[in-house]
Amino acid sequence: MTTATGQNPAALADGLNAIDAHRLRRDFPILNQEINGQPLVYLDSAATTQKPQVVIDAIVDYYTRNNANVHRGVHTLSQRATDDYERAREAVRRFINAPESCEVIYVRGTTEGLNLVASSYGRKYFKPGDEVIVTGMEHHSNIVPWQILGKEIGVKLRVVPFNDDGELLLDQFESMLGDRTRMVSVVHQSNALGTVNPVKTMASLAHARGVPVMLDAAQSIPHMPIDVQDLGADFVAFSGHKMYGPTGIGVLWGRAELLDAMPPYQSGGEMIRSVTFEETIYNDLPAKFEAGTPDIAGAIGLGAAVEYLEAIGMARIARYEHALMRYGAERLGSIAGVRLVGTAANKGGVLSFIMDAAHAHDIGTILDAAGIAVRTGHHCAQPVMARYEISATARASLGLYNTTDDIDALVKAIDRVIEVFG
Amino acid sequence: MTSDLSDLYQEILLEHNRRPRNFRTVDGATHQADGFNPLCGDQISLQLKVNGATGHIDDVGFQGHGCAISRASASLLTQTIKGASGTDVATLFDEFHRMLTEPDAELDLDLLGDLEMLSGVIAYPTRIKCAILAWHTLKAALDGDGTATTE
Repeated sequence: MTTATGQNPAALADGLNAIDAHRLRRDFPILNQEINGQPLVYLDSAATTQKPQVVIDAIVDYYTRNNANVHRGVHTLSQRATDDYERAREAVRRFINAPESCEVIYVRGTTEGLNLVASSYGRKYFKPGDEVIVTGMEHHSNIVPWQILGKEIGVKLRVVPFNDDGELLLDQFESMLGDRTRMVSVVHQSNALGTVNPVKTMASLAHARGVPVMLDAAQSIPHMPIDVQDLGADFVAFSGHKMYGPTGIGVLWGRAELLDAMPPYQSGGEMIRSVTFEETIYNDLPAKFEAGTPDIAGAIGLGAAVEYLEAIGMARIARYEHALMRYGAERLGSIAGVRLVGTAANKGGVLSFIMDAAHAHDIGTILDAAGIAVRTGHHCAQPVMARYEISATARASLGLYNTTDDIDALVKAIDRVIEVFG
Repeated sequence: MTSDLSDLYQEILLEHNRRPRNFRTVDGATHQADGFNPLCGDQISLQLKVNGATGHIDDVGFQGHGCAISRASASLLTQTIKGASGTDVATLFDEFHRMLTEPDAELDLDLLGDLEMLSGVIAYPTRIKCAILAWHTLKAALDGDGTATTE
């Protein structure tokens, strides 16, 4: 038996049992509070995830016991800080199955990772008339860096369109790949629609033409197993704060041979081997791309987040969130006057919706009064909004701590929106 | 509805949202401006017909899309400023702004008239920009700036 949205109840129940979200949510102290007199229902994990106690403890512990600069002193604290900072890098390497930990570059977040590649790789290799292919569902952070380069060098941006469900038109992508294509930079999972793009297929198509592939994995890495070698990407960027880690830290992973050939992005301390006033010799990876004192506490917190996720298991998290998303899509989809935006067959835990009765902002305010946190607006993806001829959506996005109770609370509050706006 | 929410979404405000007044273009407009809230994508277009002899606003209309607060605010604005002079508008704008941002302000309720129904917005700091967009747009139109944003 299947339901209206084509799901099998047994498979749904099985998915919802993949992890014990009711138990896991107790790891997140922030969730245990009331907002406007109602228990907090946090459905904004695509904007930022909440942090488990182990991540908070790792940061507190670092500042309480081990704070020192890394790779500099010979004293004990500096050695401890360096060890923990590098252990976190190795944890990230393992988490994404990268070949070498020196390929894991700490950055501020996905945005900086994308800017690093556009700026360093792009300035070195792109010529006027060259093309960069992105998709129509990119976050602004995977549009603007290439546009800036475009103005500077004369590089053209080509955009792969998508259908009404939010699925890329792969044949169009294939026909865009040409002699002038120098980079394919695509979002793995759309923040506005939830679509999971077929990046492995896209990478193999691009590689067949010798074109490197960059992935914006900000929205995918917290929700599914990511194996950078299996995906066949050349660069992958993601943010700590969207994967239950701290803000201000993220990762750019790149293939060592590409990173080695690229010029530094920023310059200063740490990234050098020797400096005279005549000449500077750059350091090896990853230090070459980590100028200045890094976010040491952030990296250590990220390492703790990675270990937390590994202990639960990404495959189980993916199964659970997929089942929860299906449950939510079915419940929201059955409310008259609610339309889901983004209905791809392969999609992650994002429920973007609009309502006949009310604008997204008004929905957001009424949901907040019920203690429910969702994002409203264009989600830094204005071209996606333009594609659907809307200006904003309300977006409920899931994390491993959400349960069917949260979806039920959302549905109840949406009924309230309809009551108010009639 | 909690008391807070009903302060914000008063029935008469919702009625302005459903059936905004002067939601149209203005024949023979002398001034116009577009207003944007880049954070949420709200957009309004305001047209005015200012009497060359008296300097008073003879007609005003708006179009565009946005949330209930921004739409009702624009609707109320068009009702309120018809017949007003540039000086009247400046005084009204100041008083309206005070109503939305100064919790303990002594307000001139006679001056504000129907605009008072937006007073509940003060409890929702994230929504003040929604309420004020139309007024920034009006100011841009009168100043000849062409566009206004809330940022």
